[in-house]
Amino acid sequence: MTDNNVTNILMAGVGGQGTLLASEILSEVLMQAGYDVKKAEVHGMAQRGGSVVSHVRFGKKVYSSIIPEGEVDVLFGFELLETYRYLPLVKESGAVVVNNLKIAPPSVALGKRDYPTDVAAKLKELVANVHVVDGLQLAEQAGNSRTVNTVLLGALSNTLEPTHEQWIAAIKSLVPERFLDVNLKAFELGRQIC
Amino acid sequence: MFEPADSQEALDFTRLAFEVSEQFDAPIMVRSTTRISHSKSIVELGEPLMELPETGLVRDPSKFVMLPGNARIRHPLVEKRLEDMSEWACTQGFNRIEAGDGKLGIITSGVAYQYAREVFPDADILKLGLVYPLPKQMIRDFAARFDTLYVIEELDPFIEEQVKAMGINVIGKEKVPICGELSPGRLRQAFDLNPPNLPPIKEDLPPRPPNMCPGCPHRGVFHALNRLKAYVTGDIGCYTLGFMPPLSAMDTCICMGASIGNATGLSKVLNEEDRKKVVAVIGDSTFLHTGLNGLMDMVYNKSTATVLILDNSTTGMTGRQDNPSTGFTLDGQLADQVDLEALCRALGVKHVETVDPAQMDTTRKVIKEAMERPEVSVVITRRPCVLIKHENVVEDLPPLYVKSDKCVACKACLTIGCPAIEWETGKDGSKGNCKVDRLLCNGCQVCMQLCKFDAFGVCDD
Repeated sequence: MTDNNVTNILMAGVGGQGTLLASEILSEVLMQAGYDVKKAEVHGMAQRGGSVVSHVRFGKKVYSSIIPEGEVDVLFGFELLETYRYLPLVKESGAVVVNNLKIAPPSVALGKRDYPTDVAAKLKELVANVHVVDGLQLAEQAGNSRTVNTVLLGALSNTLEPTHEQWIAAIKSLVPERFLDVNLKAFELGRQIC
Repeated sequence: MFEPADSQEALDFTRLAFEVSEQFDAPIMVRSTTRISHSKSIVELGEPLMELPETGLVRDPSKFVMLPGNARIRHPLVEKRLEDMSEWACTQGFNRIEAGDGKLGIITSGVAYQYAREVFPDADILKLGLVYPLPKQMIRDFAARFDTLYVIEELDPFIEEQVKAMGINVIGKEKVPICGELSPGRLRQAFDLNPPNLPPIKEDLPPRPPNMCPGCPHRGVFHALNRLKAYVTGDIGCYTLGFMPPLSAMDTCICMGASIGNATGLSKVLNEEDRKKVVAVIGDSTFLHTGLNGLMDMVYNKSTATVLILDNSTTGMTGRQDNPSTGFTLDGQLADQVDLEALCRALGVKHVETVDPAQMDTTRKVIKEAMERPEVSVVITRRPCVLIKHENVVEDLPPLYVKSDKCVACKACLTIGCPAIEWETGKDGSKGNCKVDRLLCNGCQVCMQLCKFDAFGVCDD
């Protein structure tokens, strides 16, 4: 039933982390590499703070922009809890690349609920292929703590077909001029991780 | 009505809609649903149209003046037009049959087509681009070839009911859910097809709903409404989030403009004490869109409620578009600016006051006085959205920090639900305290005004 030629990447994060921009860059680079690409965004109504998920699917021909449950090849998480939340959508042989960062949701910030413990360990229990990345440290090293999204894209870029030049071109076409240098640096730092 | 199934069709059908509108002299709609609007797919652009059609005034009162005498003549023409379109649509490329193995037929349209294609790769599919009027003969011919015929559509059985009314036996909402957005997974589940084997997460995870941004000018207003125990009739915008805890200060939200209408009605039926609690809240953009008539009616029909116009100088929720009170057109040109205070007075409101919602005490005092007053009162809370696009509108303020020696863990600052403030549980039995995420903090100082212990400081680096 499944079209095995389609690869599914799910990006999960918190509004304001740059999840949507990262998925935009990823889609652009895949399109430039000659794939059919579809992308769907699921996000709350405010600009910041809510759970944000972006589906990116690519292959010879893609129909649904939404990834069917259980068919995610790579779950790409910007925050631990949000990554854990969408883990059930990942296929058994899938991979998880997760930023080692906790952002408290409102109930936790108010002291009413606890942030789940040992999320990284729990992810590894459920899926064999998990990479934990210290995105914030690398982003700060690049010169701007808000470039975590580009660090993580760098980490993802090694596992995909598009060339280094295609990635750089995509970043240049979508990142505003004044943030470009720091983002290119962040991308290179991320690329060295995995 | 055309219904695109991806971004390419959204472009193609929009152009087509103009052509068909001219051809049939009919209004045409292009229907976009959630997933079409929030998805992107590759688009090949056509040749841009550089020339605009020549315009001029056309007098044709028998067509344009819909008095009963003219309408009676016009109605049969409209019915004939629908029949003609239905027949014409049977031979057009936007309605197409994709051949499968001949065992199962599916009629579908829009985003549901993509899911049907994904879940039933071997089915024969009649993919409709024009969903009204339906290509009846095409549907009859297609249906005649199959013993099993499904109609797969999101939400209401719009196509299904019309096909059934044609006397054709189809399976639709008996299987496909009538509520909620469809997905390939939900469709698979509906037809009992290999459900995915998902790894279980045993614990109940804390949800992460959207929240007002740090520094949002609405936050202080809803804190005041909560403390004043107002019965808040709400409206459509970012401020609808004021219903969520811990602010928990919205009681109704129905449609654009309903805040004022609801308040008028409630004030009419409630006793004198309860009536005072009724406060309508509406944003500047929504007020100019659909609030004016309601406010005029509230004054004219002698209601007594309080109306808050939350003026953040933009249309926040939909992406910070300009509106008639911002001084700019949608494409950024300078425009005349509506004077909200003068406008309210012109509608007959005698008590119009403007406050800065970042000044918590004043805001609460002015709202309280308005609520007590047995006449229509308007309070305009004016402070720009922190995400506003125009330069030099939002002050760049330094972030705050918590002096941990002064914080007594009273949690007063948590009652505004700011994403930049987090409670840190104490270790080894110590009291714990609040902390500010300086990357998120916008420096609005609303939390500072709630702290009775001077525990907030302003970062000076």
